Amino acid sequence: MFDSLGLLPFLPFLGFLILFLSGGGLPRRIVAVVGAGSIGLAFLQALLLALPVIENDSLVSQQVIYSWMSVGEFESKFGLYLDGLSSVMILVITGVGFLIHLYSTGFMRDDPSYSRFFAIMNLFVSSMLVLVLADNLLLLYLGWEGVGLCSYLLIGFWYSNPSNGYAARKAFVTTRVGDTSMAIGLLLLFTQLGSLNIEELMNGAETQWGLGSGYAVAASLLLLGGAVGKSAQLPLQTWLPDAMAGPTPISALIHAATMVTAGVYLIARTHTLFELAPDVQLLVAFIGLATLLMAGFTAMTQRDIKRILAYSTISQIGYMFLGLGVGAWSASVFHLMTHAFFKALLFLAAGTVILSLHHEHDIFKMGGKRKQLPIAFASFMIGSLALAAFPFTSGYFSKDEILLAALAIEGPGLWLWIGGVVGAFFTGIYSFRLVFVVFFGESADHHDDKEVTGFTMAFPLMVLMVFALLGGFIHPPTDFVFSVEEAHSEHSVSTLIHAIMIAVPLAGIGVSYLFYGARLWSADRLLEYSLAKKLHGYWFSGWGFDALYRGLFIKPLLGLADLNRRDFIDSIVATIVAVSEAGNGLLVRFQSGSLRWYVLSVVGGVAILLTLGGLL
Amino acid sequence: MISLFYVAAIVAVIASMLVIIQVNVVHALIYLVLSLLAIAVVFFSLGAPFVAVLEAIVYAGAIMVLFLFVVMMLNLGHASRQQERVWLATSGWLLPSLLAGVLFWGVVSSLPSIDLSVSVIGAREVSIRLFGPYVLAVELASFLLLAGLVSAYHIAKR
Amino acid sequence: MNEIPLEAGLLLATILFAIGLLGVMTRRNIVFVLMSLEIMLNSAGLAFVLAGARWGSADGQIMFLMILTLAASEVAVGLGLIIQMYKKFKTVDIDVLSALKG
Repeated sequence: MFDSLGLLPFLPFLGFLILFLSGGGLPRRIVAVVGAGSIGLAFLQALLLALPVIENDSLVSQQVIYSWMSVGEFESKFGLYLDGLSSVMILVITGVGFLIHLYSTGFMRDDPSYSRFFAIMNLFVSSMLVLVLADNLLLLYLGWEGVGLCSYLLIGFWYSNPSNGYAARKAFVTTRVGDTSMAIGLLLLFTQLGSLNIEELMNGAETQWGLGSGYAVAASLLLLGGAVGKSAQLPLQTWLPDAMAGPTPISALIHAATMVTAGVYLIARTHTLFELAPDVQLLVAFIGLATLLMAGFTAMTQRDIKRILAYSTISQIGYMFLGLGVGAWSASVFHLMTHAFFKALLFLAAGTVILSLHHEHDIFKMGGKRKQLPIAFASFMIGSLALAAFPFTSGYFSKDEILLAALAIEGPGLWLWIGGVVGAFFTGIYSFRLVFVVFFGESADHHDDKEVTGFTMAFPLMVLMVFALLGGFIHPPTDFVFSVEEAHSEHSVSTLIHAIMIAVPLAGIGVSYLFYGARLWSADRLLEYSLAKKLHGYWFSGWGFDALYRGLFIKPLLGLADLNRRDFIDSIVATIVAVSEAGNGLLVRFQSGSLRWYVLSVVGGVAILLTLGGLL
Repeated sequence: MISLFYVAAIVAVIASMLVIIQVNVVHALIYLVLSLLAIAVVFFSLGAPFVAVLEAIVYAGAIMVLFLFVVMMLNLGHASRQQERVWLATSGWLLPSLLAGVLFWGVVSSLPSIDLSVSVIGAREVSIRLFGPYVLAVELASFLLLAGLVSAYHIAKR
Repeated sequence: MNEIPLEAGLLLATILFAIGLLGVMTRRNIVFVLMSLEIMLNSAGLAFVLAGARWGSADGQIMFLMILTLAASEVAVGLGLIIQMYKKFKTVDIDVLSALKG
């Protein structure tokens, strides 16, 4: 029974049902046990399922639970599929998910909507598991939309503040753009290949479509649209920084570790299709590169602790896309995994900082907190080292693989590599800018805040610290899934290249130290130059994408809506109403209550009938 | 006989017209009685003496007396006659006249042109029919009269 | 016995009916309305008697008797109502009775 794949998404769903149907009537202790416990059980089961796959990565298990729908020749089964790639995903989702749930039991303890929080979190984990285990694209789409819904509900978790609701809508609508593109992609694949089963699709695409065929290009472009929306890549990245309006554990689980990497998973899952369209694959790489640089610049200018982490997430997913684009599938999934560790760690630590400092988000109002917040400090140090790819931390190995793979391809490889290295330099700067500003220097305030901690909040941080440090030595069992020859990882590269890749993040950390640690240089002095000030303004607003979209889409749409304020369709209906009301008014006048008028009407009617009878 | 029919018919039409244009209710009633009597003569000329007698006794006699009693009970005086004059003078006649004319024309244009050979059907024949095949109708008529009696008593009492 | 054209008799009935109708439609005094109704009933009875005479049958006269009873009960009830109305509204204007107004 415990080797049943169906049980895995069902356990969190059961937790959701219990919490949802009880309607917040359960005591907090039981809510915590159900909420975190269901994920814990799911993690144990995921381990049970994934261990054989890790030992032998060609192992694939499949289970069809029931036939979901069957219309004509279209049939979609509720079928689950476990291979190396989904094993990594389920371990990350349930493992990191369990730690974050555990952390949330402490973090959210004073929240009045405790039960609702865990209900939606459980639903999210369930949907995410369906997404990664689905054996057909339609079921994957169900999970895809399910996580989108949970993301919406959790960003707007504190809905009494209208700006949170706005952020939630923005996230939902923006990802909807991508989802629409993906849905069209699914339709295209089904009409052309007659199936939505991923295995059949990939085989069909390989045999029926040649390399670089128009269909392959169109389908992969459309799927890429979905991935870009979900994973907050250019040009649909604007929602993620605003999504930080949700509670911090949400940001850790959904907007850093799992959901936003669904796009990476999608592309990795359908990699055969992308290999048939090399141009699109290259586009993926360039989207990743542009995103990671853009987000890197922006992250250096932010003041809000969570927005810095949000932009760094965008940037790191940019690396994953870069890896996907150069065909380093395993490396991307590897980076996905290590990123889940260290970014969850950073977000949870940020949650501790924010909670301890009474919901203060501005890093420049903190400072010198390393004595007050020792666990958060340690977490941030380790997390930032991993983020900046400090040698032998987890992020170092995965980022290294991606950049080496980028270097190995011909043509634009060198440029991709240079871009990636520059991005790594920025990563060093912004990650340690955060650490130096928050934990070093003198305290900006004189409160003597105690670190909010406790077993439930400290334990996940410690486990994640271990994984962020040592996660690089885990090797994801995905070699069989991506059966392509990954020769370039064995590619001999000169020590110079290695030296550069180690030195650049260190240089970034050094620059950051000079600015914010030792305060030998000052960023404020830089801002006195008008060019720097202008650039800072651009970067701070995320390159002005929000303003651009506002001018390009929102304003014209609002204008159209304004034109149509008196609904055009409604006016047709309103006319019918007005006509019948007028008719009613007319007939009411006939109903005068005057008996003579009634007699007159009767006689008139008879006269008309008689005349008609005479005429006809 | 035929001249009797025409004379009585003309009297009936004129008397009826006078009924509806009267101001005084009592005058109108007298003209109505005249009209009913004229129709009784018409019935007689059509060879229906029994009905003619009934018309004169029951209609012109009993029913009209009932009217007369009620009019006396209402005791409408001079003021109401003034009021009637005002009401009659209005142009409210136009549309009803038009409609009545249309109806009239509609009926008249479909009248058959057959000559009747008048033969007297007296009380004897009528009574044989009445208490033969139509006995149920007689019972029903008696019910109707009883119902009219009871309800008139009930309504007027309150 | 002489011959009487049926057409003339029916014409008389129609004329009387039209006159009665005109009275019902025009008069506002409810007593006049009732009298006009009597004229109309009478003309209907006349038509029946004519039809009976046309076929040499007594049925037309029997029908007239029915109309006679009808008229008698109608007048009894109608006059009762007029008395009630007069008690209540102190008028015989038919337009006062407008509770049917929609």
